[in-house]
Amino acid sequence: MKILIGAAALLFLASACKFNAAQNTTLPIYGNRTPVTNTVAGKTTTDTLYQTIPDFKTVNQYGDSISSKNLKGQIYVADFFFTTCPSICPVMAKNMLDVYNAYKNDKDVKIISYTIDPKHDSVNVLKKYADKLGVAGNTWWFLQGKKEEIYKLSESYLVRKPEEDAKQMFIHDGYFILIDKQKRIRGTYDGTVPDQVTHLIADIKTLKAESGQK
Amino acid sequence: MKIKVISVLCVLLAILIYSCQNEDDITFKRYYTTGSLVYQSHCQNCHGNDGLGLSALMPPLTDTAFLRKNKTSLACFIKYGLKDKILIVDKRSYDNDMPLTDLAPIEIAEVLTYVANSFGNNQGLITSQKVEADLAECK
Ligand code: HEC
Repeated sequence: MKILIGAAALLFLASACKFNAAQNTTLPIYGNRTPVTNTVAGKTTTDTLYQTIPDFKTVNQYGDSISSKNLKGQIYVADFFFTTCPSICPVMAKNMLDVYNAYKNDKDVKIISYTIDPKHDSVNVLKKYADKLGVAGNTWWFLQGKKEEIYKLSESYLVRKPEEDAKQMFIHDGYFILIDKQKRIRGTYDGTVPDQVTHLIADIKTLKAESGQK
Repeated sequence: MKIKVISVLCVLLAILIYSCQNEDDITFKRYYTTGSLVYQSHCQNCHGNDGLGLSALMPPLTDTAFLRKNKTSLACFIKYGLKDKILIVDKRSYDNDMPLTDLAPIEIAEVLTYVANSFGNNQGLITSQKVEADLAECK
């Protein structure tokens, strides 16, 4: 009898652990949230509206127009960079290559890198940069848009707006941002830290599993 | 008596040689250690913590033959940067720009000593005097 109780307790414990693990498999949702109250057929319900990435218009390294439409129903990772950046961008590119190599054959996942120096980073410059980095195909797009629009867009990704310092060098954050199929922010990672990028690679898998359920 | 004097002299000579070597050793270690810090803050982001570079964008620092051949130009590369130049490193061609730095000759010597003795390279001490002499000859 005692053994039975012990076994039952153990089983309970084990399942509790498993339950906890299952909870960890959803990622948080970041950004502002607005409650919206709806009254349908006399019943009041409150929904939460999450911050989403607004529409944007850009061109990729192949000269194709890319807007939010081209990312419909996709999980993607975004960052902000410029090709001549001497400081953190080479490290970010190196780490993003790990993400690229992990998902380059996965049609559900994309990477987009917005240039914050569109004056220098033309389509040709971006194509050459991608080639040298060893990036081909349509998994990783390097996007050029209007400078003001890109700077404004960076704020929707919760990234610090880039600044220009005295040397005409751009100062900006090295964050990688994970966006889900509903255009919501599901993770931010320091793109200069390999451990955080390893997390990102794992979180993409988690996010894929989550959207597979729906 | 004679033998005693000779042996004392020998011992003295040995100590002298030993301490000289030791001083070189200490200089090397000092250059190398400070050089690794300069590398981390000024070079690692592009050339990588393992000196392997980045794809076709940033060349590796593992091509010992290249480093040896360009020994007298390395200080100039670092001080004045590399612009619009094509380099063949480890059988691949690179044409990106390397930015100039405001490192002092001693710091250039330290970081070069670090690079020339890491990542599979083993080229010994590069002194501050050597760097200054090379910098005077930059094209
Ligand atoms: C912004 C990125 C960047 C930084 C920072 C940088 N380099 Fe370079 N380095 C390059 C590029 C790009 C080249 C190739 C230039 C070319 O092809 O003309 C290069 C070339 C070299 C070369 C000759 C080629 C080779 O690979 O052996 C050496 C040596 C070198 N760098 C050492 C250094 C050292 C030491 C530092 C730190 C003081 C440093 N670099 C900082 C990008 C960088």
